[in-house]
Amino acid sequence: MRTHRGNGGARRAVAAALLGLGAALGPVAVPALADTSPSPAESGSSSQDAAPTEAGTSFRTAAAIRQDQQATASASTGDYLYWSFPADSGQRPTVRATVRLPPASARHADTTWQIDVYDGLRRRQACMYGAQTRTAAPGTGSLELACTLRPVRAWSEPWADDPLPGTYYVRLTAVGLGAADVGQPVQVSVEALSHDVGGAHAVGGGLSEPLVPGVSVSTDDSGTAALSKGEPDGGWSSGWWTDRWLWTAAGGILASLAGIAGYALTRGRGRPYSVPPRV
Amino acid sequence: MITRKRSAAALCALLAALALGLPAAGPALAAAPAADDTPARSEQDAPKVDLVLDVSGSMRARDIDGGSRMAAAKQAFNEVLDATPKEVQLGIRTLGANYPGDDRKVGCKDTAQLYPVGPLDRTDAKAAVATLAPTGWTPIGPALLKAAGDLEGGNGSRRIVLISDGEDTCAPLDPCEVARDIAARGIHLTIDTLGLVPDAKTRDQLLCIAEATGGTYTSVRHTDQLTDRVGQLVDRTADPVVTPVGVKGADRCADAPELKPGLYDDREVFGEHRWYRVDVAPGEELRASVSVAADRAVNRDYGVLLRAVTEHGREIVRGSEAGDGRTDVISTGLRYPSPERDDDSGTAPDVERVCLEVSNSYSAAPSVKTTPGLPVELTVDVVDGPSNASDVAAFGLGRGWWLLGALVVTGFVAGVVWGWLSRWRVAVWRSN
Repeated sequence: MRTHRGNGGARRAVAAALLGLGAALGPVAVPALADTSPSPAESGSSSQDAAPTEAGTSFRTAAAIRQDQQATASASTGDYLYWSFPADSGQRPTVRATVRLPPASARHADTTWQIDVYDGLRRRQACMYGAQTRTAAPGTGSLELACTLRPVRAWSEPWADDPLPGTYYVRLTAVGLGAADVGQPVQVSVEALSHDVGGAHAVGGGLSEPLVPGVSVSTDDSGTAALSKGEPDGGWSSGWWTDRWLWTAAGGILASLAGIAGYALTRGRGRPYSVPPRV
Repeated sequence: MITRKRSAAALCALLAALALGLPAAGPALAAAPAADDTPARSEQDAPKVDLVLDVSGSMRARDIDGGSRMAAAKQAFNEVLDATPKEVQLGIRTLGANYPGDDRKVGCKDTAQLYPVGPLDRTDAKAAVATLAPTGWTPIGPALLKAAGDLEGGNGSRRIVLISDGEDTCAPLDPCEVARDIAARGIHLTIDTLGLVPDAKTRDQLLCIAEATGGTYTSVRHTDQLTDRVGQLVDRTADPVVTPVGVKGADRCADAPELKPGLYDDREVFGEHRWYRVDVAPGEELRASVSVAADRAVNRDYGVLLRAVTEHGREIVRGSEAGDGRTDVISTGLRYPSPERDDDSGTAPDVERVCLEVSNSYSAAPSVKTTPGLPVELTVDVVDGPSNASDVAAFGLGRGWWLLGALVVTGFVAGVVWGWLSRWRVAVWRSN
């Protein structure tokens, strides 16, 4: 009878060990899943509406784009061009812009172009990486600009200006421009991409509404002009899911395994040798 | 038998791993039904555009694609009229089209409505354009004033597209000042300017007019460039835009006008402070952002400060931004989650009055006129407050190899102690 029970314990230990292994593998397997699955959804929705071919000229008129969508616009040098895109928590958005400059014959001096990214409260957001500002000599044909924001967090203190889920504005303009170079035709294209930062930046708490301007004014059914349009594919995240659940669960399982191992080590198998068999 | 049980356990483990992996795939799968609702115009009136064309004598110059400037403008107008969106009410005004004489006084009044702003009849409009011949002076200022009059009425967006090839010949009325005064009327009017083969003076003047109203300036050297740009500007007017509500901030908190959630605009001269007030119920969050635009030549360093202050003058939170170089606006914003009140504190007022102070640190050369003030745009939102967490990490959960290591070591030590205890207990029990 006693041996029987010992056998059962061993079996349970093996099952638990395998469970723990599965859980430990979980965090590795999940990003792979998350990487592959959004693509069919995105390609499905991008066929519905094309990328904008116009840019706005102020925060109010910013052209709404989605992430992974390449917006183009033709403009004049000196214009302030605005786009807006939604970014959700756990993402680290990167904005890329390409400026096809006017022909060299029409240019007189160096021009400096810059992209600035603002959040839904029109607070300027810092760029972690990327050439945010570039200067073109009169002979250069095009410029590439980029700006990678800090990871978007679900919550931050009101006194901080951390990126929060909501609308982000991109402003592209020539910040250094000779008077003779104003008003020349340029072609620009802008896109916003996101890198998934995972649970490392998953913070506690959350906003009741994303930082979308006019969120408390706009009504969904009226269909009139809104201050900001667009939300991420699939809507704003509930903030419930984070891979910290997997890590913590895996930790718990590994701890129980280690506990069983430790128990087995000191308790030994079956009946302690010093105990005489029952008569 | 044992081996069979082991494979069963492995299957169990696999299932468990899948079950743990599913929640991650869940949101991604849910992404499929992304609803895109295209905004339709219902509350706003029709957008209005007035094309203001310079028909002065200089338009005879034959320097655009081998043809005259007038011919280029006519061709562009014909193509734009064909492509004008249905909802746009379009009008055409000329300047310098009728008086060929030398009397400056008469020449500077020479602006006429060629086609009235209203639903577009393409044939009529084209016929009217065909009659134009380069004639007289370049009274830009008076033409802009009249064009603003043409666009009166309704609450739709308004735009003047000014096409000129020369600077204003009717000083002392500075068209740039005129444009700024028109913009300051609070009728949400934008003036976009196009210079036909412009010289430096024309360019500076047209650029100044455009900047004064938040418009754009383009210099044109080819017909197709003119067509594309005018067409683009007309199309842009058709885009539905939220129009701000005019408000006048007070110079102190006590007199400040109350703002409900929405979009507002105001004017603020250099160094002025303007106060507004927002009522925030306990547990709600105030979100405010402000943009102060540079609609004239300003010095290269500037800034904006937005402060949320209690009725008693205590600063709660502020947003500030500074910048340098060429810019259209400088903007900042703030959030203030009003704390939840305890139910039993009956003496506290139901809503908290939060005062917003907007100040700017723009400056300009002494020659620059300071009035009317710089355009200020203010957005106010009041939403439910955020859920504050007791822990910085999501749900207080852990992450990383250190966590796993710590848990494994703890578990192992606990197991060793437990095993040793139970062994000792059995030994004690047995030996007794």
